[in-house]
Amino acid sequence: MWIAYQTIVVKEILRFARIWVQTIVPPVVTTSLYLLIFGGLMGERIGHMQGIDYLHFIVPGIILMTVIMQSYANTVSSFFMTKYNHSFEELLVSPIPNWIILLGFVSGGVVRGLCVGLAVTFSISFFVEISIYSYSILALSFLLTSVMFALAGFINAIFAKSFDDISIVPTFVLLPLTYLGGMFYSIDILPSFWRSLSAFNPIYYMMDGFRLGMLGVGSTDLYLAFIVPLLMIVMLVAVALYLLKKGVNTKT
Amino acid sequence: MTHALSTNALSKTYSNGFEALKAVDLKVEKGDFFALLGSNGAGKTTAIGIICGLITPTSGSVEIDGLNQGKNINEVKRKIGLMPQEFNFNPHEPNIEILINQAGYFGINRKEATLRAEVLLKKVNLWDRRLEVPQSLSGGMKRRLMLARALMHNPEILILDEPTAGVDVEIRRSMWRFLKQLNQEGLTIILTTHYLEEAESMCRNIAILNEGEIVAQSSMKALLKKAKHQVLIFECVESLSNSIKIKNCECEVLDAHTLQVTLPESTTISAVITKLLLQNVSVANIRSAQNRLENLFLSLTSKDE
Repeated sequence: MWIAYQTIVVKEILRFARIWVQTIVPPVVTTSLYLLIFGGLMGERIGHMQGIDYLHFIVPGIILMTVIMQSYANTVSSFFMTKYNHSFEELLVSPIPNWIILLGFVSGGVVRGLCVGLAVTFSISFFVEISIYSYSILALSFLLTSVMFALAGFINAIFAKSFDDISIVPTFVLLPLTYLGGMFYSIDILPSFWRSLSAFNPIYYMMDGFRLGMLGVGSTDLYLAFIVPLLMIVMLVAVALYLLKKGVNTKT
Repeated sequence: MTHALSTNALSKTYSNGFEALKAVDLKVEKGDFFALLGSNGAGKTTAIGIICGLITPTSGSVEIDGLNQGKNINEVKRKIGLMPQEFNFNPHEPNIEILINQAGYFGINRKEATLRAEVLLKKVNLWDRRLEVPQSLSGGMKRRLMLARALMHNPEILILDEPTAGVDVEIRRSMWRFLKQLNQEGLTIILTTHYLEEAESMCRNIAILNEGEIVAQSSMKALLKKAKHQVLIFECVESLSNSIKIKNCECEVLDAHTLQVTLPESTTISAVITKLLLQNVSVANIRSAQNRLENLFLSLTSKDE
């Protein structure tokens, strides 16, 4: 089983590494632009957020957004393509338990999230001095976030029947939730209604935990930053395994 | 006796209500070279899909080497190698990686998988193309790649769904030689093909599916004995007249030196030659106009019957 898992993970890593111009370079360019426009040009006018100058404040949000989008994109596109070109049958005829297939694809998503996250951090370091408040909080926050969104991408890919279906969720659900999850602001500045609404956005907790790990400031209790994604992960794993067992859109 | 494959009342009804298989009982002996024939839509690919775990049956069961597939799915999968009808690999992955990864899914480590991949790619004449991607291969090459992939984990049963479709004659023959060799080494082979002549020459046992039901299952010899007639082409030395007649046979003069004769089961070829000689026609050559299995197949699956 370990060899099968290793095979899926290596295959996943090679897949996104082979197309690094599509998978790694664009997020680096985009985040550099974010930093230049929102942080560099507009940031001085905004001033401070939670006692941190704005340019520094948005760095964790930008990195975590990249991790979210890339972890999701990796599993959704990779798994959808295995369905699309029928290469998923290679796995179906093999004696691999469903949980290993899931773990393999999710691991691939996490590795891509990590690689692109590190590339983005490296590019950001040219604009801002990167400092880490707590490596353990940062690492745990990253891991839970990327696992959760890799799982979500996997489930999206199971249901997807066309290329449109794999771009709808990232565009109309993921991106708005990320922007509204405190990526560019602290929810403390929101009116109470919107602040209460933000409490239902799981990305808010992850963003807050990641920012705490990096800058040492947060808006909510730290345990929520871990419990919320953990509960989401448990739920998503159960759904994904159920769908694989039932063969939804994978078996006839 | 334990069969390599046995299905019991295997049925499949798709969500659109189409009944692809209707209580199919198949028995394949160990070491057999077995032909599963049927026209398009007869249920062959559905049967293969169920046997390999790609399709969930509506009812019935599958046993591989005495193991119930439902209860021992992973053990069963280890025993089967599948070469599907449709290409089903990542078109951007190097050919050798496709083989190594497939072995990895079966728990074979990379070092051993690389050695096996080399042997198999050489066997199917793709070693020189190992670093290319399937996209750059011809249809026949892709089929050979799928054959090599199906053999990576040393299966006990090899299932081939239309393995030679789109493969040129030379390569097809070399594939058949390779498959015959594998069968002689003990590998059970189950084959679906549209080349009935090849099924006739390669396979020892046969089942014919028609509209989801088995309409014939026996040894190839026994089935061919049921063929009521055969059609032969006689190339004659002398010019033929349209008045040529042979008792109990249908004769058709195709051109000045070519005669087509449809022989009933009761008439021997030597009797036909004798009767032609009596009409001052000597025979230079004889060949089969139609494959006997093809005739039988058509009579068993024809809707007009």
